Amino acid sequence: MSTSILSAHNLVKHFNAGGFGAARKVVRAVDDVSFELAPGETLGVVGESGCGKSTTARLLVQLLTPDSGSVRYEGKVVGPELPLKAFRSKVQMVFQDSFASLNPRMTMIDAVAFGPTVHGMSQADATRKAQDLLDRVGLDPSRFGGRYAHELSGGQRQRVNIARALAFDPQVIVLDEAVSALDKSVEAQVLNLLMDLRRERGLTYVFISHDLNVVRHISDRVMVMYLGEVAEIGPAESLYSAPRHPYTEALLAAMPSLDPDRRTMEAPLAGDPPNPIDPPPGCRFHTRCARAFGPCSAQVPTAFTVGKNHVAACHLNSVKEQVA
Amino acid sequence: MTQDTVHSVTPLVRVEDLSVRFAGTPPVHAVNNVSFELAPGEVLGILGESGSGKSVTLKTLLRLLPERKTTITGKVEVDGQDVLALEGRALADHRGGVASMIFQDPALALDPVYTIGQQIAETVIRHEGVSKSDAMARALEMLDVVRIPSAKRRLDNYPHEMSGGMRQRAMIALALACRPKLLLADEPTTALDATVQIQILLLLRDLQKELGMGVIFVTHDIGVAVEVSDRLAVMYAGSFVETGSVKDVIRDARHPYSKGLLAANLVGAVPGTRLDAVPGAPPALNALPEGCSFAPRCAHAETACGISPLPLWSGGGGRWARCVHASRSAASAAGANT
Repeated sequence: MSTSILSAHNLVKHFNAGGFGAARKVVRAVDDVSFELAPGETLGVVGESGCGKSTTARLLVQLLTPDSGSVRYEGKVVGPELPLKAFRSKVQMVFQDSFASLNPRMTMIDAVAFGPTVHGMSQADATRKAQDLLDRVGLDPSRFGGRYAHELSGGQRQRVNIARALAFDPQVIVLDEAVSALDKSVEAQVLNLLMDLRRERGLTYVFISHDLNVVRHISDRVMVMYLGEVAEIGPAESLYSAPRHPYTEALLAAMPSLDPDRRTMEAPLAGDPPNPIDPPPGCRFHTRCARAFGPCSAQVPTAFTVGKNHVAACHLNSVKEQVA
Repeated sequence: MTQDTVHSVTPLVRVEDLSVRFAGTPPVHAVNNVSFELAPGEVLGILGESGSGKSVTLKTLLRLLPERKTTITGKVEVDGQDVLALEGRALADHRGGVASMIFQDPALALDPVYTIGQQIAETVIRHEGVSKSDAMARALEMLDVVRIPSAKRRLDNYPHEMSGGMRQRAMIALALACRPKLLLADEPTTALDATVQIQILLLLRDLQKELGMGVIFVTHDIGVAVEVSDRLAVMYAGSFVETGSVKDVIRDARHPYSKGLLAANLVGAVPGTRLDAVPGAPPALNALPEGCSFAPRCAHAETACGISPLPLWSGGGGRWARCVHASRSAASAAGANT
């Protein structure tokens, strides 16, 4: 796969959830997740809490070590073939909690300049770079550079986090709910900044969010996750207009319509998402799926190709293929 | 406050010129001159960002704010009662009996050491003086009302034994156990997953119709507000800036802040294009500017925006916006007609 800039290959991550021996419980946070990122594209990742989107992000930037599977950057396996330090300067991450991700004892200039100095840049050069970056994300370095994290608003702090991620001139930025904690009017400003930076620097984004409207706005392709697995992945337009997995359909139908004349009349799904400690056998969604049939409870669905670059892990697609 | 009243019936809630200050140097102006009415059986959505004063307004209706640090001025009437004058047992009767509230996080709002059944029964016994077994029967009935499956078994569950959506249903059952006339909902679906959120919204909508209660629903999410509300009030920096029917506000927003919120919610946005974002951030509530609080962020701001009181544009039928720009464009349009 030489055309992809970053790719995940059969990533698996289970967490221990207590108990010993036979009673040992395991959270299957990420189970056999694979995908690729083309240079310059934005991949949106959506799903409900506990579906493994954040764990996938952390595996992708090597903040967690996978139980099995690998991450490749430009075809090279991160770790054995590509040293972590070199990888880190290419792939950066921005987190949801803008306050927790900044050192409370560092001024904003120092926070942005810290990474490059660790990687060998001189203090003077790093400070100059940090000033330029703060300026680029819309914070006047002479006003904000000397401030500490608690002296900024949420939107301003998230701008600093974006500047810090840019300090290495990375190719890929993983944004884990990076705008979710912001108020709507501020969120729109930060989305604009992200879209501008993407155009200027040819950045590749992995954009994780629970907000389907925002994901549609910013993404080229979208990946839908359910209980640690990829349910569907495809181009944003076709996935939103013609979803091929019942879970994607349900997620889309659960979005408030924003049209007072066309309010939602029926909830697409009953109940809460099941516990990832004990996911259902077969297709993990079959317990909540209105269209579940024979093989769903027994057989794990393979990824069916349902269109150009569009894959859905649902048995209904195998039926359609046979009919066609 | 010149506001035309639309409802010929006696309103369930009447709030007049309500202001809430929190002690501090300088004091925090959390709510500023808010006036509104709610008819029985009506659903009012209050839409605003964090710190806009929407939750404080709601808590004032139950007098939940810490008394020693809070100064409340103005008038608050619920079901003909002056809420600000209530004391002791009368206040306790009001809370849960006439008006009750549901919160964002049911795991925090419910008591972790009592079962759901015990918590609901306790409320019923306190307000209606019935026997324990009657109260438990009511608790069971309430769990059925909020469509909790196998309600009998769930009665003996502790909150931690339930999922998030189930807990939220249990809290709604608790709030409605004594048939209040007014339900105050403070972001009850914000912490829930999308597929669960819509279930709870539909449940609240159904229950509101069945029980005919008035609801004030506070949220930061326009989509959620549109799903449940009859009328919408947009709040900014402690003031109502625009109200009207849901349709009018969504389709024909007059206040620049409401317009900005709609744009930020990607209403009608083409994917990949820049958003029409409102610049800046809301002002600190202990240092509000004179006149319009939104003026520092507003593209239409002018000198007149810094002068209180601001002109009010009124579209009749409870539809209004407090904005220099909106009232001027309406006036010039009217001038052209005569």
